[in-house]
Amino acid sequence: MSQKTNIALSVNGEQVQASVPARLNLVDFLRDHLGLTGSHVGCEQGACGACTLSVDGVMVRGCLMLAVQADGANIITVEAFGESVTGEQLQQSFVEHNALQCGFCTPGMLASGIDYIESGGSTDRTHIRKHISGNYCRCTGYQSIVDAIASVVEGRNSLAVETKQTPGAEESGTSNKRAGE
Amino acid sequence: MKAPDFQYQCPRTLNDALVQLSSDDVECQPLAGGQSLMPMMNLRLAQPEMLLDLNNIAELSFIREAGSHIEIGAMVRYATLLESKLIHHHIPLFVQALPHIAHAAIRNRGTIGGSVALADPAAEMPALLKALDATIEVVSKSSTRTISADDFFLGTYETALRSDELVHSIKVPVAISEHRYGFYELARRHGDYALAGVAIGAHSVEPYTNLRIVFFSISDCAVRAVEAEDALNGKLSNDSTALGNALETLSKLNYYEDANASSATKNHLARVVMQRALSKLSTAVS
Repeated sequence: MSQKTNIALSVNGEQVQASVPARLNLVDFLRDHLGLTGSHVGCEQGACGACTLSVDGVMVRGCLMLAVQADGANIITVEAFGESVTGEQLQQSFVEHNALQCGFCTPGMLASGIDYIESGGSTDRTHIRKHISGNYCRCTGYQSIVDAIASVVEGRNSLAVETKQTPGAEESGTSNKRAGE
Repeated sequence: MKAPDFQYQCPRTLNDALVQLSSDDVECQPLAGGQSLMPMMNLRLAQPEMLLDLNNIAELSFIREAGSHIEIGAMVRYATLLESKLIHHHIPLFVQALPHIAHAAIRNRGTIGGSVALADPAAEMPALLKALDATIEVVSKSSTRTISADDFFLGTYETALRSDELVHSIKVPVAISEHRYGFYELARRHGDYALAGVAIGAHSVEPYTNLRIVFFSISDCAVRAVEAEDALNGKLSNDSTALGNALETLSKLNYYEDANASSATKNHLARVVMQRALSKLSTAVS
């Protein structure tokens, strides 16, 4: 009988408690125990990137981390990517650019794409390709995925330029934010 | 596949980990970032009885300046090294090479100590540490030892580390303005294991002095090309005869073929990466 450990963690904003065997990896825990089947299991050796998800704000391979190691962690999976502004924009951009076909790589691609955009990545296609080099896609040839990520970065850059050039826009942006708060 | 069953311990102090490691009751495998060990377990190439998870041992996560060295705790992750100002100022070779070590999501978990202790022949870190003339501090319950990188890596997944010892930290000499460094690897996909790669350190160029030319992913472990170093030391960088002689010596290295390339191809690629790295040795301090 394998040793079980009690863990408590936050998954997509919900508190979760479970008793897990040591050998259970994080992505299997999310899929098989919590029913969050958005993160995909491909190679189980860290090469394909389909299980990439966010642990305490950084992207990791869900197949190369044990569920017991996620005790106390804050996990965000593809099921909740749309709740952040970047995630929502990127998902929309994936649709607009046909950046997926079968969809198997998409959860991991979105994770890497969000990471790239939020870490201040540029529209340089070589940089984008390097950043998503850890995610395999066997349908699209990557072109449309790079387009989708570049388009979100471009949209943000042009918004920043607009805001800088028109003081009025900046003011109204600020007041909107205040109103939102 | 999934990893076979194992017992699991997650100590919070180095001492607790070392006590567990010295116990003869159970065959105990330390787990650092897990970015190599976990795949090996999933593939059932490794089947430890017990995993000793080092991820909660805060005292192994530090980067600090100590005189003419930078000390890096074994559990420092690659992503942390890349973000560190100390590393950027003092170990320019790391700044060149780290982006080539796997992919962003792997670098967020993978640790320097894990890579050192595993000694994968295709890993960049053992070669970098040899090129930098670094030393490795190891600890057991009863002793500490300092081992030079030259003496630490013995073969494929084989190091000078005893079964009751852990890598505690890595000591890297700080770069000074005359030092020059180079790094080049050839991989089919950015971040994949290299077909062949090289890390180079020199105390100066024009002429070259104290060259360290270290290849990875061509043999059973990171390997210094001492004869090539000898052929180039004291020579100017535009001395094509010296370069030709140095390249010729590479045929004497012990090449290991793998699924991607024959020994002859590895020899050819070693010549390619050495020339490319030498041609753009960069200044030490950025």
